Amino acid sequence: MEAQAIFETLKGKFGDAVVELQGEGFSPAFVVVAPGAVKEVSRFLKEDPALSFDALMCLSGVDYKEKFAVAYHLHSLKHRHAIGMKAFLPRETPSLPTVDDVWPAANFQEREAFDLFGIVFEGSKDLRRILLPEDWEGHPLRKDYKYPDFYHGIKV
Amino acid sequence: MTIRTDALPTQEMTINMGPQHPSTHGVLRVILTTDGEVVTRAVPDVGYLHRGLEKIGERVTYAQYMPFTDRLDYLAAMNCNCAWAWTVEKLAKIEVPERAEFLRVIVCELNRISSHLIAFGSYTADMGAFTPFLYAIRERERVNDLFEMLCGSRLTYNYARVGGVSADAPPGFLEKSKEFLDYFEPKLDEYNNLISYNKIFVHRLANVAVIPAEEAVAYGLTGPNLRGSGVPFDLRKDEPYSVYPKFDFKVCVGTGERGTLGDCFDRYMVRINEMRESAKIVRQALAQIPDGPVLAKVPRLFKPPVGEAYFRSECPRGETGIYLISDGSVNPFRLKIRTGSFVTMNIFEKVTRGLMIADVVAVIGSFDIILPEIDR
Repeated sequence: MEAQAIFETLKGKFGDAVVELQGEGFSPAFVVVAPGAVKEVSRFLKEDPALSFDALMCLSGVDYKEKFAVAYHLHSLKHRHAIGMKAFLPRETPSLPTVDDVWPAANFQEREAFDLFGIVFEGSKDLRRILLPEDWEGHPLRKDYKYPDFYHGIKV
Repeated sequence: MTIRTDALPTQEMTINMGPQHPSTHGVLRVILTTDGEVVTRAVPDVGYLHRGLEKIGERVTYAQYMPFTDRLDYLAAMNCNCAWAWTVEKLAKIEVPERAEFLRVIVCELNRISSHLIAFGSYTADMGAFTPFLYAIRERERVNDLFEMLCGSRLTYNYARVGGVSADAPPGFLEKSKEFLDYFEPKLDEYNNLISYNKIFVHRLANVAVIPAEEAVAYGLTGPNLRGSGVPFDLRKDEPYSVYPKFDFKVCVGTGERGTLGDCFDRYMVRINEMRESAKIVRQALAQIPDGPVLAKVPRLFKPPVGEAYFRSECPRGETGIYLISDGSVNPFRLKIRTGSFVTMNIFEKVTRGLMIADVVAVIGSFDIILPEIDR
């Protein structure tokens, strides 16, 4: 299925929760979804027989300076098509529902986005820092991250 | 082996496996909770090798990032080099000369052979047979010699460039590559005779850590780990990129030949068979390689159009997907690297539940993880 058709299917099903299609300049195209609806849309994308996006290939946090985003790259082994899904989040309270019960593959990648961006995935079964030490301060991939001078009294 | 619910409970013990342990293939720490010899929970703790490669990417230009991709997976640096080049070319819509694409495929497949050799060799060493490791290293040396001829390095190659490759093959390289294949292909039968079907080895691997196909897909496994579960998905075939459509090769999948489909033995065997297919691809590429330039005219500093691209390529440890966002400046705005090993570690806790401690070693080896790729 082409990106436009997937977008229209989702728009028909979820209405205003599906915001827009980012097509030009994006490869693959992104369906922009309201953060609150991420879980329902994900479940539909996975379970609808015409879509059946059975694999979450990549989940990334992005800092667009004025807002955050979580980008999902989905792929269907059955239909061999791909689509992106994106949810924009406010900088002050970046949180959205987890999708680790839809695609178990999400867990580690959500932990990574939590670790490096401070994005909170509500309802996650295990949301801890993954790459950085537990007591690290700040989230390094944010654009306004200040490099620390010391870590445990050691100059970095 | 399962957790026996009827047995008398013993006091649980927590053991640290790693981060400095030869069988964890680097600085992986596994926190084992055991009931006697049986593992009730094995939690992987990663991140010891985190170098912030994604953050570094935001501060250097597209061309300058190439050497950093070597450090992503040092056993398959050519594949990572090319993955980066292909991603940037997709984003900036750069045409690559055909000879360069052929050279990339040749080095990628040779590197896949050398990477799978390490997987094979270290796995047998983990399982207690040290000799095959020396055989694997012996063959890998010859691949390293070839790469040294090509770009001067034996581990971190920095060979690909945005728009092509850094240098054409020197005189004799293509002939030497063919000589290597003639030497190497019979060795695979030797490995199979020596160890693959050895009774003790098979017993250590068969029916251990079985991953059914639908679970492998749901957990996002890719590469040999996915194909070991019997799913015939290979990006070189199913989402062809570069010049792969020109070559005839088979997608190797697990068959459950010595145990259950999707066990450690299947994942091991997929790698052995894939080396043969890679050799086949290199042979065809060597026969068909055209003459011509190897590097398109790309300025050292260039500004790709504003946009986002995600490129997936088949690396020895699964799909390496690079998500690249450009804001129209000379540096990437954001780059995210999705690596096979990192996603594979997600299923680790699930498949190791109820195994013996020694089997945890078998699982780590069968996933063929590499830590710089997990920690980035």
